[in-house]
Amino acid sequence: MTHTRADYPLAETRPGAVTGKHGKALPEITLDAVLAGEVTMEDLRITPQALQAQADVARDVGRPTLALNFERGAELVEVPQDFIMQVYELLRPGRAKSKEELLEAAATMRGTYQAERIARFIEEAAETYAARGLFTFRF
Amino acid sequence: MTPKLNRWKRFADWDERPLRLDKFAAEDPANGFSAFSSPADPKPGIGIKGGRVVSLDGVLEHDYDMIDRFIARHHIDPEVAPEAMALESATIARWLVDMNVPREKLVRLAHGMTPAKLAEVVSQLNALEIAFAYSKMRARKTPGNQAHVTNAKDDPLQLAADAATAVAFGFDEIETTMRVSRNAWSNAVACAVGGAVGRWGTLFQCSSEEAEELRIAMAGFTSYAETVSVYGTEKSFTDGDDTPWSKAFLAAAYASRGVKMRCTSGAGSELLMGFHEAKSLLYLEARCLCLQRGMGVQGTQNGGIDGAPLTATIPGGVRELMAENLIAVWLDLECASGNDARSTESEIRVGAKILPYLIAGSDLICSGMGSILKYDNSFNPSLINGEELEDYLVLQRDFEADGGLTPLPESRAIELRERAVEAIAAVFEELDLSSPTEDMKISVVYASGSDDTRSLMPRDVSFISEAIKERGITVIDVIKALAKRGFREEAENLLDVVKLRLSGDYLQTSAMIRDGRIVSAVNDPNDYLGPGSGYRVSEERRLQLNDIRDVLDQKEVLRSEALHEKDEARHIRYRNLGPATNGPANDDVVIGISPAFGLKLYRTTAGHRLSEVLGAMLDAIRARGLKARVVRFRHTADTSFLGLSAARLAGSGIGIGIQAKGTAVIHQRDRQPHNNLELFSNAPITKLEHYRALGANAAAYALGEMPEPIVVPQRGEAMGSRYHARVALIYAIETGLTEAGAAPEEVDVVLTGAKQ
Repeated sequence: MTHTRADYPLAETRPGAVTGKHGKALPEITLDAVLAGEVTMEDLRITPQALQAQADVARDVGRPTLALNFERGAELVEVPQDFIMQVYELLRPGRAKSKEELLEAAATMRGTYQAERIARFIEEAAETYAARGLFTFRF
Repeated sequence: MTPKLNRWKRFADWDERPLRLDKFAAEDPANGFSAFSSPADPKPGIGIKGGRVVSLDGVLEHDYDMIDRFIARHHIDPEVAPEAMALESATIARWLVDMNVPREKLVRLAHGMTPAKLAEVVSQLNALEIAFAYSKMRARKTPGNQAHVTNAKDDPLQLAADAATAVAFGFDEIETTMRVSRNAWSNAVACAVGGAVGRWGTLFQCSSEEAEELRIAMAGFTSYAETVSVYGTEKSFTDGDDTPWSKAFLAAAYASRGVKMRCTSGAGSELLMGFHEAKSLLYLEARCLCLQRGMGVQGTQNGGIDGAPLTATIPGGVRELMAENLIAVWLDLECASGNDARSTESEIRVGAKILPYLIAGSDLICSGMGSILKYDNSFNPSLINGEELEDYLVLQRDFEADGGLTPLPESRAIELRERAVEAIAAVFEELDLSSPTEDMKISVVYASGSDDTRSLMPRDVSFISEAIKERGITVIDVIKALAKRGFREEAENLLDVVKLRLSGDYLQTSAMIRDGRIVSAVNDPNDYLGPGSGYRVSEERRLQLNDIRDVLDQKEVLRSEALHEKDEARHIRYRNLGPATNGPANDDVVIGISPAFGLKLYRTTAGHRLSEVLGAMLDAIRARGLKARVVRFRHTADTSFLGLSAARLAGSGIGIGIQAKGTAVIHQRDRQPHNNLELFSNAPITKLEHYRALGANAAAYALGEMPEPIVVPQRGEAMGSRYHARVALIYAIETGLTEAGAAPEEVDVVLTGAKQ
């Protein structure tokens, strides 16, 4: 389903439908549950579904670029932190020595994590960096 | 003979003013010193072919630099661009200040506008129009504010206490940073715990190295990030060690972790970094802002930021800062509108800088305000700091403008600081990180700044911080520790903040938490369409804003007078002798006292006992061998009429009129009421010796002499601001006792106290 501004804020309109990565819904995440050891950091992580819902809302209120960022974010939810930081590092100036290094990262995003938008985004960066000479050696 | 000097002394006076510490730079576009326009700025223009932006502000696609390319691909909406770019800039400028043109229409057009076009439009507005347009165009209706919470020792106890105080003042966000970068984890835990005291919902960020900041967010301690900087020239961007793509990737990464973020940009950064391309500050910032919208971040922190002090040295620089904030909100970005780095040593320039934002409102008026003292601010002093925070509270009250803060009673502040210090100490003990002593804790609770504390030092903090990081302590561990040690409310509050990231509601534009609920541009959109619409201060909120400390009312004045009543009873007795008569002999001077004089009011505004004042005047008159009588008037409380009526009763035709607050006049029987002989209007600085001299001069006039008038020297004190509220209340007590046609009463005055 596509969400609209009427569904916002999700935590108020449908708290039961807002869940963490392990499926625990908002009302279940109580202090007592935390104290009983039933809540981990993974239960406090946003899901791709929630980000897609926020993307829908953003689009509905006329913010298409914000929506796209949420959708790129949704693709990164499952990507491990280390790989995210590795790709971020690679996107910084002069880190990748050639276009291929970035294209390889894009391929992993696409192949391993089904992160199609992210992959295209990295490919676009690769093309731009090549055009602007960003693969030059930095001391 | 007075020697001729080489300069007008006024300039020497001016040299001593704080303003002269500010330096000013000449306009010099070729070297990047121009606020609004430079010959190197491109003319607005766009080429679109087959839905593709093939030229942007005069640059053809194959010549695009990284920034052009990103803006062309991700910001410009090719559907809107032809229409928006074809409109006259003057027309759009008028729409920005036309309350009948809705915000949505202008936001849609901005999607199709290039940086040069946006800059050209806002350049046409004067400062007042920019402020008005800002008020109309900002995304969220309700204004908010952000605080800096840092200290010179990275002391976590003080951070917790200061975070709790900032939360209580009503800041919607708090931002910390460190003196020593490895102390980031300790700062994060301390502010997270302190920020959970009192209420929940204050968002928190720990400004540190990009990767570290994201890790701290992942551990659940922080809820937003804002130091993701972007720049308006390619070389500045790469020197900043990023590209639009790396920063946009980071933006998506923050979203994927459910953490709110905004970018940072602002005039002067390219100039400071040496790659300004001779372009104007506004044009470069317009590029930054188009980039940010293209990246899909919900908001920006702009308005100079670190470049604000440099921008303020340039002609029109402060107006430029306002203009770039306007472009941000016009592009539908949340705007944390600068007003942070202190751009001047002049308090007048500080007040002038903040006012347009205070009255226009802003998502976050300061980004942020120093809630701590200047020397404790690890970002650098803010425009407004702990020292001046009360001035800001008063400005809110003056203009009935909601600057996001609420006055905080001192007793409540102490209570919260104690609670916060105990809470963080408990967490540290529970997690075996540190055991702060009682002395440390107490020194922090009552400290205004870190100079006053005997607490943890940066090196101690490093051990704590490294341990938090290495042991992988998360917010869950902290929540558990709080609850275990009896800080259940704080544990709940902290959990509530972390839970925000599940729904991602607070990732939407301009989101903050008020009274436990999300308030953003989605569910609280700015709907300004003229008077009566948009954000209005409710009556309830107005009363909160009004509630600053030490407010006088009549009850308060009477209470303080009552304290002096007994004291005066020991020094003077007034005995009513019946209706006053005209003095038969010309050696008779009358002192006319006001209705409440010595009966309800006992001291002048300078604090002199009325018994002493009266005694000094009587003595001085009698010293010249004249008779002095005291007459109480009840038909008037006005000094001039008191004096004139006294003069008319006096055999000599000379009278003194004096009010209980100490204002006095020497009058002569045949003069117009307000054309007296001498007036002593500055009661707060009128001393006993002046009253004695006044009596002597009255006697001199009675003897037909022409004395030197008494001049009460004043040094330009703002007498009105210090005394007028009290004076008006006191005077109302006097006028309340008047009675039309009441006859003057002869009063026998017996001074029983020690003579001065």
